[in-house]
Amino acid sequence: MKHFPFKVPTLVGAFMVSLILSPALDRAPAYAEDATPDEVQSTPQIARIAPNAEHFTLKNGMDVVVIPDKRAPVVTHMVWYRVGSADERPGQSGNAHFLEHLMFKGTKKHPGGEFSTYVSKIGGEENAFTSNDYTAYYQRVSKDHLKDVMEFEADRMSNLVLTDEVVAPERDVILEERRMRVDNDPGALMNEALNRIFYLNHPYGRPTIGWENEIKALNAKTALDFYHEFYTPSNAILVVAGDVTPEGVKDLAEETYGQIKSKPDSARPARPAEPPSPGPRTITVRDEKVREPNLMQFYAVPSAVTGKPGEAEALSVLADILGTGATSRFYNELVRDNGPATYAGAYYSPTAVDDSRLIVVGIPRDGVDLETLQADMEASIRKLADEGVSQEELTRAKNSVVADAVYSQDSQQSLARIVGSALAVGRTLEDVQTWPARIQKVTAKDVQEVAQRYLDPEKAATGYLKPALDQQADMSEAPGNTPAASHEPETADPAAAMEQN
Amino acid sequence: MLRTLSLALSFGAIMSLAVAMPSRARAIEIQEVTSPKGITAWLVEDDTVPIVNMQFAFRGGSVQDPADKSGLANLASGLLDEGAGDLDSKAFQTRLDNLNIKLSFDTGRDAFYGSMKTLTANADEAFNLTKLALTEPRFDDEPVARIKAQILSKLRSDETDPNELARRAWAKTLFGDHPYARTGDGTEESVEELTGADLKGFAERNLARDNLVVAVVGAIDAETLKGRLDEVFGDLPEKADLKPIADVTAAAGKTAHVDLPVPQTSIRLGGPGIKRDDPDFIPAYIADHILGGGTFSSRFYREIREERGLAYSVGTSLVPFDHAGVWVGAAATRADAAQEAVDLMVKEVKDMAENGPTDEELADAKSYLTGNYALRFDSSGKIAKQLLAIQLDHLGIDYVDKRNELINAVTREDVQRAAKRVYGEPPSVITVGPAAS
Repeated sequence: MKHFPFKVPTLVGAFMVSLILSPALDRAPAYAEDATPDEVQSTPQIARIAPNAEHFTLKNGMDVVVIPDKRAPVVTHMVWYRVGSADERPGQSGNAHFLEHLMFKGTKKHPGGEFSTYVSKIGGEENAFTSNDYTAYYQRVSKDHLKDVMEFEADRMSNLVLTDEVVAPERDVILEERRMRVDNDPGALMNEALNRIFYLNHPYGRPTIGWENEIKALNAKTALDFYHEFYTPSNAILVVAGDVTPEGVKDLAEETYGQIKSKPDSARPARPAEPPSPGPRTITVRDEKVREPNLMQFYAVPSAVTGKPGEAEALSVLADILGTGATSRFYNELVRDNGPATYAGAYYSPTAVDDSRLIVVGIPRDGVDLETLQADMEASIRKLADEGVSQEELTRAKNSVVADAVYSQDSQQSLARIVGSALAVGRTLEDVQTWPARIQKVTAKDVQEVAQRYLDPEKAATGYLKPALDQQADMSEAPGNTPAASHEPETADPAAAMEQN
Repeated sequence: MLRTLSLALSFGAIMSLAVAMPSRARAIEIQEVTSPKGITAWLVEDDTVPIVNMQFAFRGGSVQDPADKSGLANLASGLLDEGAGDLDSKAFQTRLDNLNIKLSFDTGRDAFYGSMKTLTANADEAFNLTKLALTEPRFDDEPVARIKAQILSKLRSDETDPNELARRAWAKTLFGDHPYARTGDGTEESVEELTGADLKGFAERNLARDNLVVAVVGAIDAETLKGRLDEVFGDLPEKADLKPIADVTAAAGKTAHVDLPVPQTSIRLGGPGIKRDDPDFIPAYIADHILGGGTFSSRFYREIREERGLAYSVGTSLVPFDHAGVWVGAAATRADAAQEAVDLMVKEVKDMAENGPTDEELADAKSYLTGNYALRFDSSGKIAKQLLAIQLDHLGIDYVDKRNELINAVTREDVQRAAKRVYGEPPSVITVGPAAS
């Protein structure tokens, strides 16, 4: 397998699932209509993502998207709420995610874990996730059970019951979750810190899982207040993908979700906006456990929601050309042929309510320091901005979007997520479906322009992950050749010794 | 995924039950296709989406790494697509990317895996590049050095990653001097020494026709596939040169601790299990499901997470290697609660061994496992992986049809007997975290 040592999924924090963890979802699945003749001939003529999907709205304002896929007798049923951690009250970070966990604790009609027990008995799968912009719940079940899970999900949209007895252990679970995902991992701590200095005013700077001290203060009341404020049909999107028809889902949705009255004024208020960047800022996180120093850089860029027409498309192509995969600029210029990096990549997600980030990451090879690699990466960016991209690079990037659109057709789960996350941040189904066609319109000039406009290191935030100070001295004595033994954690038990011979 | 139960155990092995098969709610038609040169593949034809997905494996895997060259199969998995035939690394990767062909390799302990996905329009080139990667890999100096550097970087990071440390300590503790004690990643010392000549040796010994297993799903018919099979695999040597691997019984009752300054202790349990071909495997699989398998209703989940809030991720799994049955349990909890969590886990394991499941637990487990079958079958990628795993486990082409009957036929006595066999001895316990206070 490709041995990219950087743990990409943890880059932007575990909760921004849509940003990086699943490139197939947010990294612009798309398609070719008018690309350069050669490659277009070699791609099938599917011009839209989820071409047969239908969107309608219930009388209470709840959005519904149906994505028929007859290949297997199963359905993916998801409810997305247009609310996430960026909508929390100051001082209550983690509350959106806390509520997400507590949504499994039962209602008056279905107390305790009755819903989960039901899903388990029918062999279904279920889960939920929270990002800074949305919170989503899903079940994957045999199509015969769709109506039942819709009834359960509709019930917990307005009838959640919470007691201190069930809330307390769940808060402990979340503290363990934070330890596992963040506190145990210096890279995640650096990402969290970088996020904090990147956003000067916007709540995207808060971690979705929450700060430890604020998680500890969350309780049934904070969760229920959030729930009552935001969980209502007019704030929700139902996505059903699988062996169903739009008409059938419409009837079931009217019978279940359609019976709930929407609360007025429940849409989230606008978040505090970012001021102009005051200049470059950096943060260094040191930890005695760091063995491979690395750096991460955030550039403020528009999302598909906030950008001018075509900007998000151009930024997607830019990120692809700059730093995605083994044919990218970064890989060719910085990794191949004994370059300064072991790994270098760039990521962009257009799916955000407010402005998004273009993220650049790098791991220097042995003997290269972070500042040197950063200068090399910035030089690579500047070269792209100054000289533009080649037709070959442009075509390759566009075609990967095309191919991803076709590949995404293979998974009802992927399609449901692409569509649900897009609608949850304020995009439309039409917008998702025509994304490939719009990507095809991106020109080399468009890519160069967004690079010039947005990739300015003088406005970026940069995070460094470094060993503890005393260790760093040790490492610099023998750059590139530090004896492995000095890195070994001490083991109390010979049976647990880490050497593998 | 905030409620995920995933254990991130990453054994590299595909377990055909653990990633279980779909129900018969809609029968899929599996064809056995044999090419003129005698290469066999299982095929599910599906024209819904214009893609072809091919999953294949060569029996062998990292357990075949020579004693002084651990990490060889892993390094090879990163280099087969780094230049082949007339194409150097950059040319090869550019060809793949230009045509959006997804070609990758990976190694498990008992098999070396390949995966190819392509749009049908580019199938010619996709099969051709796969053939080149397998039969004419170049192992040029530049990519060898580059991929080694990436692996070494990962190995160094792993030295302070609690999950990686737990994974390694688990293997070392359970398997002692047996090759299974190595995770397959290699060590800094061993990887540093690996050369292009070593990689050529790996390819010659491991990539052959007699240890090959192939599964294909997508827009391709049997006749076309026959030609493709010969094209891709027909020029491989007839026989692999694999060394015999001794069967081994995993160690029970051992303890190991790795000191690491982290706020949360990673816990692994384990002990001897049973192999996939054991008649008690399915009853044991049900016992595992009830004890700590993948739903929000297992005993581990209830006792450790729901009742006490001691962990976010907690669970168990059977790991049927070719030469050892073994099981693993895992949790991660704040350092000062680690002993409490270990005690609770050990108690649940013991209770399952002594008393087996209740009738209700068994009924619920069967209901879940049989109902869940279809969900594992809703994309061509998933189907191909299942077909590959069934073949690797020698379960037969009718396994998909039989599987739910096998589950339903299990009695409480069966599960109790199997649970006693698997969980009857005190588990080995591995912890990674701050020293016990």
